[in-house]
Amino acid sequence: MTDPAAAVEPGVDIHEHAGIGDPNAHHHSPEQIRREMKVYLAVFAGLAVLTALTVGACYGLNLPVHQAIIVALIIASVKGFLVAGFFMHLLSEKKVIYGILILTVIFFIFLMALPISHHANPFGS
Amino acid sequence: MDAHAHASVGHAELEIPYNVHPRPDTGLYNGKLGVWLFLASEVMLFGALFSSLILLRTGAESWPRGYEFLNVKLATFNTFILILSSVTVVMAWSHLRLGNLKKGRIYISATVLCALIFLTAKGFEYSHEFQEGRFPKTNNFLAIYFTMTGLHGLHILGGVIVFLYFLGPGAKMWAKEPERYTNRIEIAGLYWHFVDLVWIFLFPILYLM
Repeated sequence: MTDPAAAVEPGVDIHEHAGIGDPNAHHHSPEQIRREMKVYLAVFAGLAVLTALTVGACYGLNLPVHQAIIVALIIASVKGFLVAGFFMHLLSEKKVIYGILILTVIFFIFLMALPISHHANPFGS
Repeated sequence: MDAHAHASVGHAELEIPYNVHPRPDTGLYNGKLGVWLFLASEVMLFGALFSSLILLRTGAESWPRGYEFLNVKLATFNTFILILSSVTVVMAWSHLRLGNLKKGRIYISATVLCALIFLTAKGFEYSHEFQEGRFPKTNNFLAIYFTMTGLHGLHILGGVIVFLYFLGPGAKMWAKEPERYTNRIEIAGLYWHFVDLVWIFLFPILYLM
């Protein structure tokens, strides 16, 4: 079996031979990719700190339950933004993906609203 | 035209367009559009379970607090592990974009290792719950806890299978189509980040509230 590693020498930039399928990657130089890698590590550090904050807020602040829920969800949302925005590149994605996600969010909100509407007007009452 | 030439022309005609390079209208290659549509369906799958959790919790007279009996330390450790795995997969993709398969594979292996650590810790957690007599049938909280974390665990397992494939037989693609292999890691990574994203919300909702 051919060793796939032998196909491209370590450190060789395949952009010189052919473009990467990712539309954004066509324009990314090795320096830009290395800069992005530093951003990923910074985001990781941020996520780690926020995870510690989530646990700290639960145990350290001794908040009432409803406040603890709000704080935990706010921190989780910030973490979600970091993962989706930087790791999934949603901060610089194509319009068609935003379209898919907007449609998904509309249905998701409907799903979340279902139990709330049930309690506002319980079936059978 | 000989038989070989006919075969090569036939192959070219059958080739699926935009498998590697983006479509001019969407700006996306097929796999990336496909995985985002799949992730949209996944949002609805987990969304239905989160909706069920809200319904069960708001409708219950009393609701157990996860932190009173679940292993929060182990879950926090698992959260760090999953975040770390998200970084390793995106680093793998970056190194592949730089043309460095060796480092790409090292980071994919690290991702698999993180996933296996996560699953092992989850296994310990489950066995502890069972030893304490806490099963899905015990109460609604545990029913939704085991359903959501179990489904999430299956997603982790699915990701491990995909990454192992790309470490093993799937890596042969790199020799002929390095761009396509890089794209495959990107879309596997998108799935993996989504699995991480789900856990980011599961962790506080089930363990800390």
